[in-house]
Amino acid sequence: MHITKDLVAASATPLVLGILAEGESYGYAILKQVGDLSGGRLEWTDGLLYPLLHRLERLGHVESVWRGPEGGRRRKYYRITEQGQAELAEQRRQWSAVVDALQNIWNDAQASGPKLAWEG
Amino acid sequence: MDMDGTAPEGGASHGTAEDAALEAQIGEWVAYMRRRRELSAADSDELEDHLRNSIDELTEAGLEPDEAFLIAVKRMGSLDEVSREFAREHSERLWKQLVLTGGGEPAKAGPVRKDLLIMIACAAVAAIGIKIPALFGLTFDNDLGFYGRNFSLFALVPLAAYFIWRNQVRPAMIGVIAALFALGVIGANVYPLDNDADTTILTAIHLPIALWLVVGIAYASGEWRSDRRRMDFIRFTGEVAIYYVLIALGGGVLTAFTVGVFRAIGIDAEILVSQWVLPCGALAAVVVAAWLVGWKQSVIENMAPVLTRVFTPLFVVALLAFVGAVIWTGNGIDIERDVLILFDLVLVAVLGLLLYGISAREPAAPRGWFDWLQFALVVSALVIDVLVLLAVNSRIAEFGFSANKTAALGENLILLANLAWSAWLLAAFLWRRAPFSRLERWQTGYLIVYAAWAWIVVLAFPPIFDFV
Repeated sequence: MHITKDLVAASATPLVLGILAEGESYGYAILKQVGDLSGGRLEWTDGLLYPLLHRLERLGHVESVWRGPEGGRRRKYYRITEQGQAELAEQRRQWSAVVDALQNIWNDAQASGPKLAWEG
Repeated sequence: MDMDGTAPEGGASHGTAEDAALEAQIGEWVAYMRRRRELSAADSDELEDHLRNSIDELTEAGLEPDEAFLIAVKRMGSLDEVSREFAREHSERLWKQLVLTGGGEPAKAGPVRKDLLIMIACAAVAAIGIKIPALFGLTFDNDLGFYGRNFSLFALVPLAAYFIWRNQVRPAMIGVIAALFALGVIGANVYPLDNDADTTILTAIHLPIALWLVVGIAYASGEWRSDRRRMDFIRFTGEVAIYYVLIALGGGVLTAFTVGVFRAIGIDAEILVSQWVLPCGALAAVVVAAWLVGWKQSVIENMAPVLTRVFTPLFVVALLAFVGAVIWTGNGIDIERDVLILFDLVLVAVLGLLLYGISAREPAAPRGWFDWLQFALVVSALVIDVLVLLAVNSRIAEFGFSANKTAALGENLILLANLAWSAWLLAAFLWRRAPFSRLERWQTGYLIVYAAWAWIVVLAFPPIFDFV
């Protein structure tokens, strides 16, 4: 199944914030987790995650810190802020409203809609 | 990207040789990425880390390193697309490459000559336009009021036209821009205002502000709601101001020399200069300065932040000294009309320093001494603004409302609101309660307030104050 670009873009912020709400993480791990959570159906272009993370950082929803072993390669970790938590809660409310509405219309359609041939 | 360096080696003895080949490939990819000015070194480190994670996982799953590299690069997405997204997010870093045309394509160095020709044409229209009223018998000496109210139209219509052409602004937006300029024409010319009426002077000051923000719509390719584009426009405004001053200084020196050498041979060139060179040159220079900002950006780009950093501490010292003197002597501000304007200009300069400091700042950078300095600047300006307001108030209480005093009062209130909330946001930022971007969005959002006020003064003040 292919999910359209618009839907991917719209769901990106709450997904990233939601993942970071469970603990700090870095780009690659976030992307892996998005893949796992969606059973591989949500496909992001890897590189585009980073501008998104930087935007969330500029808006103050996340903070970042570079960390790494002495002499080893450093890695940039992101962590959600209080403001990010609030944003996540707000996004969550909005998404559940959308999902509820969709559920209702689909339930209605199933209950009263025209019977399709293969439903017997 | 060049993939040749990796001969696929099968067999058991690859190990280190393949690792070296992989390192070479990654090195090439990173070097390619570093050449992009949209990406900072930290960004490319972050992306490289991602690429290596991706390759590690794919090789663990059983792929050969060079296959893993190819797949990882593919998943990363086209570097063009990725760097365009970075560019949109970090416009403070590279707003120069981003001539933001409708499609968001980065500008290429191709149609330079055409750009130059269109610019020259627009500058010529500005220069010639200001002399057209003379054909209808309007002279600088007798109709100063007319020229004062209209000069911004002569200068900014060609400039807006240039941006509309360069950014390929959508037709609907062109309509909006044209309508606003038409409104400007109405505001400047419909009311029966005398040359020396206060409202003539107010229109001459406020119409340029209102129209400059209309030019901003064309500059932002119609994306005037975007706070990043607005910030770009603020940056652009500062750069144009610097260029314009430089051009004016150079032009002044040149005309002084010219007048001098002609006088030496007994020809008086002063009429020519005051009637032609000065007005035409001053208007054409607006378009030229705007074009230069886009064209020779990197020169000024280094200058504006430096100027901000030099003058912010000096302004802080001057303002604090003034506040100190007021407290020490216990004297309130004794307001005369021109002093009032002086204070307004000081506050505008402070606001300019603040705006420029904000626009040149990397939003995610940590707090530093300069942020504290800006806080001190804003707070001292705020104190002065309150003192000025008290003085204006007492004058209004004594003499009643006039156009000038009402305009001064409105401007001070607008600046007070801006500075007060800026101080609050800066404090929240310094005490780690809010990100810097809040202040940025506050300032970009406030542009609407300036526009609204400028239009009110132009359109509503003359009838309210009986055209005096």
